[in-house]
Amino acid sequence: MSHTEKKIFNADQTRSLEQMFDAKIARDEKIEPKDWMPEKYRKTHIRQISQHAHSEIVGMLPEANWISRAPSLRRKVALLAKVQDEAGHGLYLYSACETLGISREELYEQLHSGKAKYSSIFNYPTLTWADMGAIGWLVDGAAIINQVPLCSTSFGPYARAMVRVCKEESFHQRQGYEIMMTLCNGTQEQKDMAQDALNRWWWPALMMLGPTDEQSTHTEQSMIWKLKRKTNDELRQQFIDQTVPQADIIGLNIPDSDLKYNNETGHYDFGEIDWEEFWQVVKGHGMCNKERISARKNAWDNGEWVRDAALAYAEKQAESQDAKQAV
Amino acid sequence: MTNENLIHYIHGIADNSMILGQRISELCGHGPNLETDIALTNIALDLIGQTRSYYQYVAELSPKDITEDDVAFLRKEREYKNVLLVEQPNTDFAYVIVRQYFFDVFHYLLLKELEKSKNVNFQAIAKKSLKEVSYHKRFSGDWLKRLGDGTEESKQKTQQAVNDLWVFTDELFHMTKDDQVVADAGFGVDNSTLKSEYYTMVKSLLEECKLLIPEVEYFQKGGKKGIHSEHMGYILSDMQFMQRTYPDMKW
Repeated sequence: MSHTEKKIFNADQTRSLEQMFDAKIARDEKIEPKDWMPEKYRKTHIRQISQHAHSEIVGMLPEANWISRAPSLRRKVALLAKVQDEAGHGLYLYSACETLGISREELYEQLHSGKAKYSSIFNYPTLTWADMGAIGWLVDGAAIINQVPLCSTSFGPYARAMVRVCKEESFHQRQGYEIMMTLCNGTQEQKDMAQDALNRWWWPALMMLGPTDEQSTHTEQSMIWKLKRKTNDELRQQFIDQTVPQADIIGLNIPDSDLKYNNETGHYDFGEIDWEEFWQVVKGHGMCNKERISARKNAWDNGEWVRDAALAYAEKQAESQDAKQAV
Repeated sequence: MTNENLIHYIHGIADNSMILGQRISELCGHGPNLETDIALTNIALDLIGQTRSYYQYVAELSPKDITEDDVAFLRKEREYKNVLLVEQPNTDFAYVIVRQYFFDVFHYLLLKELEKSKNVNFQAIAKKSLKEVSYHKRFSGDWLKRLGDGTEESKQKTQQAVNDLWVFTDELFHMTKDDQVVADAGFGVDNSTLKSEYYTMVKSLLEECKLLIPEVEYFQKGGKKGIHSEHMGYILSDMQFMQRTYPDMKW
């Protein structure tokens, strides 16, 4: 049954549909757009997938900020391609979201009005070229840790989109690390630039893995629907354990005086995260929250006449086609 | 024909791709919709990719030990030989599309001739670029139709862009002394021979789009001789920022 057809089920029927639905997910089968699904499942997925799509397109902005100033032609081309990949991710995530019965216009409206969220990390400014390295290495690195489990999530279109997204993200992560490595092999000034970028992006990257498990509201249901496989704290630990040795290799210092390898647990212990800062940025008080949303809104509003023109032209073409066929 | 003639000739072609690529890349993340954003970024990528092939060739020809990046980032404004058209600002989407179409038709005709060059490097670059530029021309031409024959508002905006940018088209066909030497040697293209086909193609599409062909008394020129508009300094201050602030470093 298509989600647009509103079939009314009685309580018993709904219960039985729900049981079938739960069983299907438990068997690791995919839920497809035309399958019956509980309303809460649909809403949760619209929220999460659109939030993810919004993060991709808002995430284009801090990096696009350095395209015109990239330090070499090779870096310029790579950065353009990376930002373009993010637009592509946005495109297929919006498409996956649209299969749940919501239009792209509605999704944009939610972003522009502030109703929908996007990853808070993009509200931090990109101040130097090294930020292009730090974003690729840390932000894409954290994103991969968040996203790899989604390749086997229960909603088919989302899972399939994520397979492609993850492949590209892992390329971006390597590219970012390579920028950092080049800086660290360069002059003292370049190395300082890399260290400064790590200092500014490290904590926001840890925050990207989400609030602590105690504070996280959606985790339990998300686990059942396979929107989550591990808790935020587990993911954060994984990110830290993976990233610290990478920083060591290129001679950068993680800006955390409490960071220490714990022989007993086999993990790194780390310092207190400033959650006050996190919530302030989520609430809109980050350095660039306003700029990011107004950049998106301006692009959309200034593009309205363009989209209208394309539509009007397509209609004229269709009419003249019809007229030709009538003759 | 000296290497210097050849290098100047290449600047004349490659700087167009460089500066237009730079201009379009300013739009990345700000397009009217995602599909167009992606397509324009693609065009910027193609143009900068072509630029690299040309500049690498310049680096090879140069008596100095230089790289493609020295050619791209370390020249003075006067040494960039792009036409004025490509440095014009992204005023709105109509300007972006009209600038692109005016350039794409020229670029397409140029590459079709350059493919026949006696110089194997030019042949190879032209062959690869021609595929890309055929797509650019289709993209900008299709959008020109949509904008020209879309709504009343889009028509007005597009007519305005056509009127303002038309004055920059004639310069595309100007020949510098170096251009002439390289063309005479069978390596380069005599741009003046492309002019009549260019205007036939452009005018025919403008008519199809129901746009008026401007009548101008005087065409702007200067870029090919290194005399640019006021926009150029700002383009370069962005583009050269890293190289000027942190000289002699590897990135």
